Amino acid sequence: MATAAPAPAARPAAFRTGLRVAAGLLFLGCAGFWAAKGAHRGWSQNQVPIKQTDEVTGIEFVTYEKRFVPGVEFLAAGTGLAAGLLVLSFLVQRHKPNPAS
Amino acid sequence: MNKLVLPALLSLASVGTLSAASQSFDFKDPKGVNAIQFHLDSLLEPISGTASGVTGTVSFDAANPGATTGRIVVATNSLTVSNSMMTDHLRSDKWLNAPVNPEIVFELTKLDNVKTTGNDTTATATGNLSIKGVTKAVSVPVKLTYLADALGKRTKPENKGDLLVVRGEFTINRSDYGIMPGQMEDKVNPQVKLTLAIVGGSPKA
Repeated sequence: MATAAPAPAARPAAFRTGLRVAAGLLFLGCAGFWAAKGAHRGWSQNQVPIKQTDEVTGIEFVTYEKRFVPGVEFLAAGTGLAAGLLVLSFLVQRHKPNPAS
Repeated sequence: MNKLVLPALLSLASVGTLSAASQSFDFKDPKGVNAIQFHLDSLLEPISGTASGVTGTVSFDAANPGATTGRIVVATNSLTVSNSMMTDHLRSDKWLNAPVNPEIVFELTKLDNVKTTGNDTTATATGNLSIKGVTKAVSVPVKLTYLADALGKRTKPENKGDLLVVRGEFTINRSDYGIMPGQMEDKVNPQVKLTLAIVGGSPKA
């Protein structure tokens, strides 16, 4: 018994849905990562300054800890990419009912 | 003849006495604490960073702080901010051009308005600041703290010697030193605030 092939109209619809789900996941992922890493409102940091104090002299000095803190440009890039996927999902051609059928 | 020679010898002797009392403090700190912090306002957030490659010597006499002289050198390629791309820009030919101008130098020529209270001396340090090949005279309010016999507390107890802490804060205009003059002033403030807090050691034999 042969399996019936999906109707041609189902493919674009599934593709559109996939794009929208991907856009949503991408936005949530980026926003969640940005928030989890401290919701830094400046530029991304590759190394984080840590203030310390020399006990004898009282001099405050800075050392850097190597870790990534996403900034607003990270959030903007993720949001922009998610928005692009969403827009693309609307551009995928909708199935037009065949007037002859 | 004797009338001329005697005062000359006396003056030489007095200079010898004065210079014998002054100590040379080395500002290459073995604990890596020394740094100049810089701060400038920018479009999204202030740009703050440090320059940790500090070396140089200061000649200081606790009995006569006004006679202090010295030279502090900062390695240009030690300037660092928390974003590596910005750090690269800062050291690039558009900004400080670190490969061509490897050093930022402050040459102290004199101290004015010297006031000493206990271990602390406040003064106005006048000297020549050289950045990116441009040298300009600047006056910086400074505070010198002389910590006698404190070297061993920061290094090894058997190390005898004194410490001199120098603190100061002043502002320069980046265009005065040919750093992107008149450019990007709407995004990066032309004024740069510099804060120094450095310590030098003078070991005793």
